[in-house]
Amino acid sequence: MVGSVPLVWVLTLAAGLFCIGLFGALSRRNIVGMLMGIELMLNSVNINLVAFWRYLQPTGTAGLVFAIFTIAVAAAEVAVGLAMVIAIYRARLTINADEIDTLKG
Amino acid sequence: MNPIAIGVFIVIALLTLGSGIMVVTVRNIIHSALWLIASFIGVAALYLLMEAEFLAVVQILVYAGAVSILVLFAIMLTRQVTGEGVRVVFERWWVALLIALGLFGVIVPTLWQHGSTWEEASKLAQVGPAPVEGTAAAGLQVATATEIGRSFMGEYLLPFEVISILLLMALIGAIVIAYEERTRRRRVLTLAEELALKKRGIVEPRDAEGAVVALDSEQA
Repeated sequence: MVGSVPLVWVLTLAAGLFCIGLFGALSRRNIVGMLMGIELMLNSVNINLVAFWRYLQPTGTAGLVFAIFTIAVAAAEVAVGLAMVIAIYRARLTINADEIDTLKG
Repeated sequence: MNPIAIGVFIVIALLTLGSGIMVVTVRNIIHSALWLIASFIGVAALYLLMEAEFLAVVQILVYAGAVSILVLFAIMLTRQVTGEGVRVVFERWWVALLIALGLFGVIVPTLWQHGSTWEEASKLAQVGPAPVEGTAAAGLQVATATEIGRSFMGEYLLPFEVISILLLMALIGAIVIAYEERTRRRRVLTLAEELALKKRGIVEPRDAEGAVVALDSEQA
């Protein structure tokens, strides 16, 4: 892998995945859809971390450890985020981001 | 240059990006969640290709296993919003598309500008330590799960403890936020009641509570 596929290809793939996730997070009206876009973005960041680890510092562990931290934080974020989605749905019977505008001035 | 590695990489990249695009474009949100699982598995395959086996397994367990199931549960518990005729994206979705494409257009040329520098640095990094006399050739030792465990218990001990507290807080927080007191719990409609409601043309969930009361009094 390292000898044949240049690092830039992997980073370009991660950039593409990040931009797809960004589009999803910005364009969806469903809050769960937004969260899925954010998951894609976090995954692309993890790809970057692992790629830099494997190509530039394969004997160290910093990249892997950071990727595991990212996964743990993302799992916590999803758990709390989806709990909030369920609480919002229960209170307002909608999870459409357009209609949840109480804090809008 | 190994053509098989390049081919495998391209296949995995197409799988990951293709299912990522499906996640953000498909109308049905459940299909979108299923495509998300495909995308996660593509990322796990990429980790395997980069010799990060432990991370690939973690990716499958945490993302393809736990996170996607959580997302599917959230979708099913909030199902009324996924009916037909509901707008899926904002009216000005093309602004989001422009932002995403613009970001991509900024990142990629910057990456390719630094490509040659990284190429040289990575060639240097792939050379392992010089072999010690009298032993087998040392070669490059890529960090494995053993080393990850060692650094968690050594160099990264404090962040490790902090992340465990964060996970505990997220667990308690999720329970507190999603918990509903028994007295406030809404009654779940049976299938017969739902059909009766549909017959009367009441589909709006807001009316369900009152409609059920009306149905009950009618039967009594």
